[in-house]
Amino acid sequence: MSLKKACAIAGVAESRLGHVPDSTVLSLQAEALIAALADAGLEKKDIDGMFVAGNWGRLPPLQVGEYLGLHPRYVDSTSVGGSSYEFHLGHAAAAIQAGLCSVAVILYGSTQRSKRDRFIFEVRDELGYQYETPYGLPVPVGAYALAASRHMHEYGTTSEQLAELAVATREWACLNPVAFRREKLTVDEVLDSGWMATPLHRLDCCLFTDGGGAVILVSPEIARTLAKPPVWLLGQGEAISHAVISEMADLTRSPAYESGRRAFEMAGVTHADLDVVEIYDSFTITVLLTLEALGFAKPGEGGRLFEGGRTGPGGEFPLNTNGGGLSYCHPGQYGIFLIIEAVRQLRGECGPRQVADAALALVSGTGGVLSSNSTAILGLE
Amino acid sequence: MADIESFDPDARPYWEAAARGELAYQRCTACDAAVFFPRSICPDCGAASPAWQVSAGAGTVYACSVVHRAPPAFQDKAPYAVVLVDLDEGFRMMSGMVDCDPAGVVIGDRVSVVFRADADGRAVPFFVPA
Repeated sequence: MSLKKACAIAGVAESRLGHVPDSTVLSLQAEALIAALADAGLEKKDIDGMFVAGNWGRLPPLQVGEYLGLHPRYVDSTSVGGSSYEFHLGHAAAAIQAGLCSVAVILYGSTQRSKRDRFIFEVRDELGYQYETPYGLPVPVGAYALAASRHMHEYGTTSEQLAELAVATREWACLNPVAFRREKLTVDEVLDSGWMATPLHRLDCCLFTDGGGAVILVSPEIARTLAKPPVWLLGQGEAISHAVISEMADLTRSPAYESGRRAFEMAGVTHADLDVVEIYDSFTITVLLTLEALGFAKPGEGGRLFEGGRTGPGGEFPLNTNGGGLSYCHPGQYGIFLIIEAVRQLRGECGPRQVADAALALVSGTGGVLSSNSTAILGLE
Repeated sequence: MADIESFDPDARPYWEAAARGELAYQRCTACDAAVFFPRSICPDCGAASPAWQVSAGAGTVYACSVVHRAPPAFQDKAPYAVVLVDLDEGFRMMSGMVDCDPAGVVIGDRVSVVFRADADGRAVPFFVPA
């Protein structure tokens, strides 16, 4: 059975973003929930499904449900890194289709910046991690750097191509009033920003911010009663690959190959049908590998997609239109913000950064160290 | 010397071998796949209890990153090269390059295993240019 149009997204919202010292990981989720309910025209008592992930604390779904006073009859805490929220889209659709809930909320929050909690990957010297921890690879950036090294070796991808993506993403951020970095950026500034782990520079890497988000999904019956136009889930696919980067069979081949194919098949659309694309940009190389896996470019040719600012405002391939994890916000895990931006683009709510007549969007979240991917296709029809 | 009792049952033969200067890996007795990291099931075919083998310690660099912004415990060592090595027996592992210029490590380089003691006295496999 397909999940196509099994549910619609009815409400989306962020909390305050960036540096929010007067907040907690829970209060940011409360902020986002209240705003998303208002956006949907629903009340908290309507929620009967809850989808929570996160890399903080102990048993996050219990803490979130307790704090918000949610007592859902369906709960899912699939936690596979920053892509978890795209996994939740598919899982919520399945639960709604099965009649297990009818108003589901996906929630995320992080106070990573105010708490200076830089080492969000708690990699202990145990189990599969014990064979990597002795070597001092900074995680996750070092794992993505290894993948970039391989892609450059096999295909001749250049730092300049990756830098062009960072620059174009910044151009979008300049059009987003809540983006964290809004000063103009040049390719040379990216290349001169210092090494994190070769071949990735500091400005190939996502931000380190606070922030929360909420996404409310409803059954088709409820969607048709609400004021705002429903944004339908047309397709979703998911895949997991590995936990440690040394277990990834081909560092240039993201699990988005599998998840993307499933999403496109379910939606019954092609790349040319898409108006706007939101790809998880933990690092510039993440976007390149994901776009190749999703079939936007042949293997090895992803770098060309970024040349000449094609992905920036006014370009032919509108990508990461809120400014992305690179320049808008990245509170530890970013996946929920891909969905929020895609929904706003489809509703035409994006002001100066609006992509004209956007009717079909793709979101693709990557978690861990190229470990997991879920891709979803959203549309107005 | 690191406390061998602190290693989990899957890992203990690996670290015990390292203490002898041997790079241990496993091979599936059913499908012959090389298995790394150590585990109690073949991740290819699902057969139980892959058999322990000793690698000759020769391999090829599959991916390489020179770390400049190191985790706290490694900051005094930066910059250093972290590599993924494809061993000739058919398995891949993460390691670090020692006794060479980290900036000179290139994908495709042939490398050989050496053992170095970590802060706890545990013998850990690293690689040097072959």
